Amino acid sequence: MRPARPVSVAIAVAAALTAVTGCTEKSNAADGDHVVHVTATDDKCEVSKKEFPAGHVELAVENKGSKVTEVYVLFPDDRVVTERENIGPGTKQRVTAEVKAGDYRIACKPGMKGDGIRQTVKATGGKAIQRDPRLDKAVAAYRAYAQAQADETLPKAETFARAVKEGDLEAAKKAYAPSRIGWERTEPVAESFGDIDPKVDVREDGLEDGQDPATDWTGWHRLEKALWQDKKIGDRQKELADRLITDLKDWQNRVGKADITPTSMANGAKELLDEVATGKVTGEEERYSHTDLVDFKANVEGAQQSYELLKPVAQENDKALTTELDRQFAALNTLLDTYRPDPASYDFTSYDKVGKTDRKELSDAVNALAEPLSKLAAAVVK
Amino acid sequence: MTDNTDNPTPSPSRRSLLGWGGAGLALGAAAAGGAVAMARTDDDPAPDAGTAIAFHGAHQAGIATPVQDRLHFAAFDVTTDDRAEFVQLLKDWTQAARRMTAGQPVGEGGYGGLPEAPPDDTGEALDLKPSRLTLTIGFGPGLFGKFGLAEQRPAALVDLPKFAGDNLDKNRSGGDLCVQACADDPQVAVHAVRNLARIGFGKVVIRWSQLGFGKTSSTTPEAQTPRNLMGFKDGTRNIAATETGRLEKFVWVGEQDDPSWMTNGSYLVARRIRMHIETWDRTSLQEQEDIFGRDKGEGAPVGKAKERDEPFLKAMKPDAHVRLAHPDTNHGATILRRGYSFTDGTDGLGRLDAGLFFLAYQRDVREGFIPIQRNLATDALNEYIQHVGSALFAIPPGVRDKDDWWGRTLFSGEA
Repeated sequence: MRPARPVSVAIAVAAALTAVTGCTEKSNAADGDHVVHVTATDDKCEVSKKEFPAGHVELAVENKGSKVTEVYVLFPDDRVVTERENIGPGTKQRVTAEVKAGDYRIACKPGMKGDGIRQTVKATGGKAIQRDPRLDKAVAAYRAYAQAQADETLPKAETFARAVKEGDLEAAKKAYAPSRIGWERTEPVAESFGDIDPKVDVREDGLEDGQDPATDWTGWHRLEKALWQDKKIGDRQKELADRLITDLKDWQNRVGKADITPTSMANGAKELLDEVATGKVTGEEERYSHTDLVDFKANVEGAQQSYELLKPVAQENDKALTTELDRQFAALNTLLDTYRPDPASYDFTSYDKVGKTDRKELSDAVNALAEPLSKLAAAVVK
Repeated sequence: MTDNTDNPTPSPSRRSLLGWGGAGLALGAAAAGGAVAMARTDDDPAPDAGTAIAFHGAHQAGIATPVQDRLHFAAFDVTTDDRAEFVQLLKDWTQAARRMTAGQPVGEGGYGGLPEAPPDDTGEALDLKPSRLTLTIGFGPGLFGKFGLAEQRPAALVDLPKFAGDNLDKNRSGGDLCVQACADDPQVAVHAVRNLARIGFGKVVIRWSQLGFGKTSSTTPEAQTPRNLMGFKDGTRNIAATETGRLEKFVWVGEQDDPSWMTNGSYLVARRIRMHIETWDRTSLQEQEDIFGRDKGEGAPVGKAKERDEPFLKAMKPDAHVRLAHPDTNHGATILRRGYSFTDGTDGLGRLDAGLFFLAYQRDVREGFIPIQRNLATDALNEYIQHVGSALFAIPPGVRDKDDWWGRTLFSGEA
């Protein structure tokens, strides 16, 4: 139709081919530069070089051990650059990545478990990004925390799912709130996987136009409604219990790959308080079970974890802010403790028993903490 | 960052007006002290709606200042028990108020800072004119139970007695602190309260607040007396901004009054007065006019031709509003009114939730609002109105200069 179009496309394709060809030739010529040979055994992770040019890097992995392994390229804060799972004993695999100049880790995980055996490597050339190593440490620790929350949630969620599948209403009710704590503690990270959150944590009013609650509403809150409002467990609920476990396993597998930075940690802490301010303090989140205070507490704990990890840097940059945050965290936790008889348990007062005046007091305490918390990101990157 | 007092870049239109209307004059008034304060811009009877009102002066702006079109009034409770922290809040609020009334954003502005952090200023007033914004602070009775201030509580800051017909909602009453924000642009007034509330988180909490949209009183007698939601002109003889003598006598706390920290201050009564709009609208014109004691068109007192003709009270019905509220019926008691109409949607029964947010300033409520309100117990208007919210505040003197702050005379130890 428009003659100009095919011509320009042809030119673009030709240019692209040239570029690819050129690149291939060049990389063949300098094979030693961009290929890192990784020899994995059951207790070692050997690399052929510790420095390579920034840009395209290729790991030539050979598993000489007896266990299945996996190999990662990681940022210093443990964020995953790239990975290859299921490398069987005696097999070879190639893993590629594009990297900017900076420090990285290559990790082998024999048995595909744990932190792995690590080697520090460096990509050189170009502009390097300078980061405070204390912040990388904080991010790595937070990443581990998020992973632990997912790992610890699964068995609790399975207890909940089992009770649902057995049709045991009371046991399911009892297991419901505890199954959510790990998710609520790391909600901003969990929500960063945009496709998991709507499957496990959506409320009925969160469904989009055209979605049918009977078929499209899944996750915790659908089961909450069945247990507390409908007071019965049908076949559909048993299906949903399985589905919840499948989706939470997806979360567990992906949480380590979440993009976490010091500022996203700081703002994630604030977002946890926002969750409280908009969903929990109003009683909207757990409208059938009224277990809002359990979520509330978990959100605050997650925010506090993030804050404590960033505090060494924030304190140096803005002492007044961390003093205020310490005070407001303490105040909110003290207030929350008045709603549970035992500070070691998560049995909180049912939120429908919390009156208007007390809700305002909780809301005021959340504002008192969230406002200074919104300044944490600035104090971290100063 | 991109903005400071010397170079407020983010809001060019606010800045350009400020140049001649704001800071320059404010500093002039401050340097010359209280005596000259009466000559500041807010005494101009026909102010340009876009200008800035001087923040500094012997008295706080927002009392005798010609009444602006819009109101956001907020009452706060104090939650901190740390006196130093509360004093710091008053200083932070003063600084923010000084900037906002001059048409400048709070702190380092509404944008241009770190992308990862929320801006200091919330931003909705950027590019808007100063809009004659005034911010007026007051201290409620509850404040004097804190911070060792019991001895400083003024005798005039009484607990208001219960008046006939009161149906007070505690969620619309009281408060340890108040901020009255008046401006010609509602967004400017709301922005000011919102930013002060934000600065206050963790130290003070909003107890209740009220928006007002149409002034119901004038402090500029040559301007037309505004009408209330009943359609009547009321408050024709309100104290004018230029009436120095009446202001000194009825509004400003004098040097001889106790306590001395209140000198040049005032007392504010705030009442949310709900109007039964629907029944009022079904009332005959004759009855409406009898109830007020004025005619509806011109606003003239009964038997007179013009609004400003001296009323002949005995010509009115014994329970007419003007007759009962007039100083002659109240041993001369006089107050300065700057109330606003309000409409907060409907009340769930399909009735307009509307009325008058009454604000009255006086030298001593025991000689002002209290005797007048008691006298209004038999007011024919009471059939159509109900007082549903109530608060009383001591209004401290003005902030004199850039080193001064709201409440300094009360917290003299920290001065």
